[in-house]
Amino acid sequence: MTRITVTVNGAREETAVEAHESLLTTLRERLGLPGSKNACEQGECGSCSVLLDDVLVCACLVLAASVDGREVRTVESLADGSALDPVQRAFVETGAVQCGFCTPGLVVATHALLRENPEPSLAEIREALSGNLCRCTGYGQIVEAVQRAAKTMYLHGLDDE
Amino acid sequence: MNAFSYVRPRTLSDGLRLLRSGASALAGGTDLLGLMKDGLARPELLVDLTGIEGLRGWSRAKGKGLRIGALTPLVELEEAEELHRAMPILRESLRDAATLQLRTMGTVGGNLLQRNRCWYFRDQATACWLKGGTKCFAVEGENRLHAILGAHECVAVAPSDLVPALIAYDAEIALASSRGRRTMKLADLYVAPHGRERREHVLRPGELITEVRVSESALARKGAFQKAMERKAWSFALVSVAAAARIERGVARDVRLVLGGVAPIPWRVVAAERGLEGSGFDEAACAEAADRALQGAAPLRDNGYKLPLARELVRRTLRSLVV
Ligand SMILES: Cc1cc2nc3c(=O)[nH]c(=O)nc-3n(C[C@H](O)[C@H](O)[C@H](O)COP(=O)(O)OP(=O)(O)OC[C@H]3O[C@@H](n4cnc5c(N)ncnc54)[C@H](O)[C@@H]3O)c2cc1C
Ligand code: SF4
Ligand code: FES
Ligand code: FES
Repeated sequence: MTRITVTVNGAREETAVEAHESLLTTLRERLGLPGSKNACEQGECGSCSVLLDDVLVCACLVLAASVDGREVRTVESLADGSALDPVQRAFVETGAVQCGFCTPGLVVATHALLRENPEPSLAEIREALSGNLCRCTGYGQIVEAVQRAAKTMYLHGLDDE
Repeated sequence: MNAFSYVRPRTLSDGLRLLRSGASALAGGTDLLGLMKDGLARPELLVDLTGIEGLRGWSRAKGKGLRIGALTPLVELEEAEELHRAMPILRESLRDAATLQLRTMGTVGGNLLQRNRCWYFRDQATACWLKGGTKCFAVEGENRLHAILGAHECVAVAPSDLVPALIAYDAEIALASSRGRRTMKLADLYVAPHGRERREHVLRPGELITEVRVSESALARKGAFQKAMERKAWSFALVSVAAAARIERGVARDVRLVLGGVAPIPWRVVAAERGLEGSGFDEAACAEAADRALQGAAPLRDNGYKLPLARELVRRTLRSLVV
């Protein structure tokens, strides 16, 4: 076991991890953050997407030991108590959530997109989310949700950080 | 995964010292960790290269060509505007590679050294020839995505999109090990697995790629890249084509044509390049080059479609250099 110190959603966490443990396992099983989902474990589906030092990554392919001293943001950082953030709200309102398994990863990926590009085109949305697979919705409502979120965030001048 | 130790050195010399036998280099981990999860790689020691200063980022000094650090994330090559102006084929080849998440994690060096995607190879339970077994299961099995050219005992294809693009610009790689340094042409890194050579590249144990270099004269070429996929995103190439040439008053010089997804190595077709030398990439010349590019093709049971697909993709990519 190695000890690591990592800032998760703004809070400093210290924990022991196995050398072969993925960041996803650490988040879900040691730090009580099951929002990031575990599906393919091979970087194929995006359901484990988190921000590592503000960069969008698949937590299933990051070694926990390698995040020592770094900063992680997960989907759990977004809602304020029971108040959803604009992206989450847009996903609910447009019916972009069916089984919901892909949703946390998509919400995080949407944040990563809108932070860089507050008014993405349709093509840009599709491109930015193409690493997040959804087996239920056929993506139409998801794209709509991103457009709606972009609009609310733009209108309210909200900062998503 | 097997049990292993993990280290993250800060300097290249520490890294090289740690990379003794039984150790593997870890960059973005997008290929290696997947292989380890499936028991297809079992290093005793993982040497994480991401903490090493000086291996990340790119530069272009006047007259000295382009240098790209091996640890540079793919997304940086794709997004940097200055780089896009210097060598547009980088963005073109990476735009449809893997996914955004994988391109932010994945690095240049790792992309050059990723293992093949043959499903028998990736299946832990199958002891195929490349993994030390006695037969290639793909030759007589499911081979829709396999090679139509240049294969020996193993018919898996070179998977990278970036590599054909770099080879079309005569890229070189700088290598370092605890014994010293050397450079080689990127194209020479690859071998079609055969005989005792049951691997896809000739990197020596303990050796690292530190840098990819493209000369100033190669940067004067115009390039184009096209990729045929099963779906529009998130998919390895069925066939990819990288082409480049210096075009002077409508006449082509230093023509390069390299295909991905069709052979065990990035498939450079010198005969087709020669035929195009001095041409204006007119319809007839491009069509003839496309025929030459596929000369000697030997499709397997399920991958005959790659022949017309590759021919058309070569033709289009070449034409796109002038229209
Ligand atoms: C779902 C999926 C889809 C993909 N689609 C595509 C695609 O369409 N096109 C494409 O081109 N690629 C594709 N890839 C491959 C991806 O681009 C590679 O996995 C990635 O580039 C590897 O880089 P890495 O830094 O993560 O390498 P790692 O996984 O860290 O390493 C890969 C190998 O390279 C070695 N290595 C890494 N860096 C060095 C170095 N500097 N010196 C010596 N050895 C080194 C490692 O030891 C290891 O053997 C896909 C991958 C996945 C998982
Ligand atoms: S093509 Fe190569 S990797 Fe695939 S089964 Fe045959 S020998 Fe193994
Ligand atoms: S679980 Fe990480 S990408 Fe699928
Ligand atoms: S809502 Fe079920 S996978 Fe996307």
